Formats: sequence, C-alpha cells, structure tokens
Amino acid sequence: MPEYEVVIGLETHIQLNTKSKIFCGCKADSWGDPPNTNICPVCTGLPGVLPVLNRSVVDKAVFLAAAMHAESISSISYFARKNYFYPDLPKGYQISQYDEPLARGGTLDLPMPDGSSRRVTITKLHIEEDAGKTVYQNGKRLIDFNRCGVPLVEMVTGPDLRSADEAAQYLIRLRQLLRWLGISEGDMEKGQLRCDANVSIRPIGVETLSTKTEIKNLNSIENVRTAIQAEVERQIREIDAGKQIGAWTLNWDEDTGILAKMRSKETEADYRYFREPDLLPIRLDDEWKEEILADLPELPLERRARFIEQYQLPLYDAEILTDERSLSEYFEQAVSAHGGEAKVVSNWLMNDVLRMIRESGLRAGDLQLRPEDLAGIIQLVEEKKITISTGKALLDRVEESGHSPLELVEEEGLSQVSDEETLRSMASEILSANPDQVKTYKGGKTTVIGWFVGQLMQKTRGKANPQMAKMILEELLSENGQKET
Amino acid sequence: MALTIEEVRHIAQLARLKLTPEEERRYTEQLSDILDYAGRLSKIDTTAIPPTASVLPLRAPLRPDAVRPCPPQELILRNAPSDQEGMFRVPPVLDT
Ligand SMILES: [Zn+2]
Repeated sequence: MPEYEVVIGLETHIQLNTKSKIFCGCKADSWGDPPNTNICPVCTGLPGVLPVLNRSVVDKAVFLAAAMHAESISSISYFARKNYFYPDLPKGYQISQYDEPLARGGTLDLPMPDGSSRRVTITKLHIEEDAGKTVYQNGKRLIDFNRCGVPLVEMVTGPDLRSADEAAQYLIRLRQLLRWLGISEGDMEKGQLRCDANVSIRPIGVETLSTKTEIKNLNSIENVRTAIQAEVERQIREIDAGKQIGAWTLNWDEDTGILAKMRSKETEADYRYFREPDLLPIRLDDEWKEEILADLPELPLERRARFIEQYQLPLYDAEILTDERSLSEYFEQAVSAHGGEAKVVSNWLMNDVLRMIRESGLRAGDLQLRPEDLAGIIQLVEEKKITISTGKALLDRVEESGHSPLELVEEEGLSQVSDEETLRSMASEILSANPDQVKTYKGGKTTVIGWFVGQLMQKTRGKANPQMAKMILEELLSENGQKET
Repeated sequence: MALTIEEVRHIAQLARLKLTPEEERRYTEQLSDILDYAGRLSKIDTTAIPPTASVLPLRAPLRPDAVRPCPPQELILRNAPSDQEGMFRVPPVLDT
C-alpha cells in the first residue's frame, strides 16, 4: 500500500472590523441587529447609485498584507465585477479585485506544536464586498442583506499545508495575527473568518499536484480539522480501490459530519470578470503607504522569539505571553518596572494575572491592576515586606479598588509580621491551647509542625513571615519538650 | 469570429435568458457581427504602445470610515415581492 502525502491550500475570507461598509456608510457589524436594518440603496444595488471606497478598508488590508510579508503591495490596483446570480447578491455581481489585486505574494512561517515549522505562501490578497445571508426556515428561503457590502479580504495560500492539523494551526495563527493587528476579530463562529479548503493526496515523492476537491462551509477551526481529515481518508480509500478523484466541490454538514457533493461549480470564465466601471483605481502612493505601515507592530511570532532570547523565557511562557498583544505589552511593562528576573514576573502573570483576565473577560491592558502595580507587589514580596499569600490577595484588592499596592498595605496593615516578640507570644498561646498536638510532636511526629505554622498564619491573618514562624515554633516546641523530661 | 450556437446557449444560460430556437439563430448571427466589429481593434499595430490598464489618470475618491443612518426596514421591504420576519422571501429552490 503506497504512503500518501496530503496537500492542502486554504482560501480565507476575513471580515475587516471597520465601522462602516466598504462602499457606503451603513453600519458594518450587524451582529445581533434585526435583519435588513443596516442596508441602503448602495449596498442593495438599487439603480443610479455609486459606490465610494472606505479609506479604512485599504488601510487595514495593506496592514495585513505587510504583516504577511507581501512581495508587492500595489501602488495601483483595480476593482472588478464578478458576475453571478444568487438571491443574496442583490446587484447580480460582487465588487471584487481580479487581475490587479491590492497585494501579491507573502509568507507565514507556521510553528507546529512539535517544534517544526512550515512555510505557508500566500498567492494573492485582495479586497471585496461580502454578500447577504440566506436563512432556511421550514423549507422557506429568506434573505437578510445586512452583510452585503461588509469589507472582506480574500487571502489564498499556496498548496503548502500537509495535514488537517497544519490547516488548523494556520487558522489559529491567522486569527491571532488579525486580533494582534486589530483589523478583525477573526471569530469563525461569527463568520468573521471563513475558510474553504482545497484537498488532494499524492504518493510520497511525487511532485505534481493531483486532482483536488474543495470543501466549503467550514465555520470553526474544529470543523476544518475534522472535515479535511474525513476528506483525506475518503480520497485514500478511493485511490486504494483503484478509483479516480473527481474535482468536486463538497459541502461540510456540521451536524451530520458528512461531506456532500455540491452542484458542479461554475468555471472561472463564467464569472465574466470585467473592470468595475463605477470605481476608479486605488492609488496607494508612498506617502499613504508609509503612513499605514508606521503603525505596524512587532508580530506575534517575532515577539515570541524575542521573549525567549531577551528574557531567557521557556517557549511555553513565551507562547502564552504573546498569545495576545495587550498581554505581551503588559508583561514587558511589568518586567521593566520590576527590574529583576523576567521569569519571576512571568510566573506571577501566568499563575495569577491570567486567572484574573480569564475571570473578568478583560484584556490585560484594561485591568485596574497596572503592570507597575504587579511589579510593586512582586517587589514587596521579594523584600519580605508582605507574604506571598498577602501578595496574591493584594492582586485582587488592587484590581477591585484601583488603589496602589503600597497604599493598601499601609491602609489595611498587611505588612508581614516579622517582629519576633509578637510572633513568639502568639506561638506560646497556640502551644498552650493545643496540648494534644504538642504531645504528638513530642512523640516524634514532627511533621505536625506544618499544622502549628498554619495556626500561627491564621492568627496573624496570613501576615507572619513563614520561615520565622517555623523557626520560633520549633524552638518553643523543643524547649517545651525539654521542660517535661 | 463566429460564435457557435452552443456558446450562445451558454451565454443565455448565464444571463438566465430563455431563447427560442429562432432567437438562438438570430443572436448567434448578431453577436458574431458585434465581435467582428470589436475585433477590428486587434488589427491595429500596438507594438510601440505600452500596455495600459486604464486610460483614466484619476484615483478613487475615499470616504472616511463613518456610519450613517440607514432607511427604515419597512421602506426597504417595500421592494420585496414577498417578505417574512423582516427578510426578503424568495422561491425555495433555485438551481441553474
Ligand atoms: Zn449601504
């Protein structure tokens, strides 16, 4: 039985998060709005209207092209009409780009969980308008045009991905990048990131591409993984049985997990592309391009590599800390305010601050607990002014109150009790109140010291210096024992 | 440059037009004539002329990303042949 190599290319559609639509002033985000409330004569293609390009769409698309390391971002690009009839396309054509797109080429070096890396190439990137939505209800076909004219970026990869897992990883990294750049939420369940997958297999060692099938309607990363895996297995069964793969378009049904063949798709020529006569070319002069690219941030994978290098963080830490841009910035600000070892700050962030972020649903940068507050709390612990448990409690107190850690420590008397006399007298009280436990300790079960320390911590409301508490208790217990013999 | 009758049927199909056999014959002839007329352009010697994507020196005017109010749903739905729950209702099956 021959071994096969899987070849996958992805065609993605990304909804840009502009406030208004690409060619009119209708609100772009209709999530939760009643149907057909964010539409106008322009986006529904009524006669006599003219589209006017939203500047922000070009800004965001150029931003993405640069982040994908596009070989060329065109100084002049054109809109084209893609003609087809469908009920959710009121104009009878989609305004898109065809032969002169906004950008060509590009790469994303995809890190895989096993440490390897896969270079994914981008063949072209263009902007276009979204179509409306068809709702099927008891055999009825209902149309909501709210989505018509929402700006999309279409980005197509080369046949570079080699497994369903790699395809899923690509989408995870793309979504991370979109959020990082602040140009789309990239939520597949909300249709902000959509994906069609081209899938074929070939015997290992063969360089030519085999006939591919196209899977449509993949609306979650998990669906992408499952559907591609199912299709790969189907193709292997067919070929092993001596059959040919047909160039089918398949529809993935999420509920049944079945890939169903769709009607034979129209060939490209049938879209009868021609230049959009209602729109002039996009001229992206150097000045405009520089203005856009001035805001291009360090990218997530670059920042991940730098965190490992600059702060000697383990990959695990660097991956989590660069998952989201605001968190990565928070980390660096806290490290710089703390001035000590970055790994210590990373531990506090990943153990405690991440929990606060998850529970509150806020981004790191929106917490009341500022990076310098975190650094301050860590320093108070390091200087033994407060205990670790006080420090952790303080994180939440700062978040709730917005007060600085030092203020709270002073106001609420949270300073660590290191005063030996105070601790010694409290410890004596505990010993005389618990003769049974003293006996157990004396009897040789010295592990009961932990219980005594716990009691002393409770008595000081967590403020006792733990090392000193243990020392004093051990001292008193051994004195106590000597007296009895 | 003569079109075949099959090509005319295909174009009619893409435009969702139903042609009678007589119309198919007539349009085959007329469309071929139009193509021939436009085809005269390809006889012009353009070796000395650089490829031109557009003759317009203009640039697309740009709009700031600002939201404007939309007409009410009732007004929009007046254009619908049939509507239901705020949506346009169309025939359930549409196949080419
Ligand atoms: Zn509109």
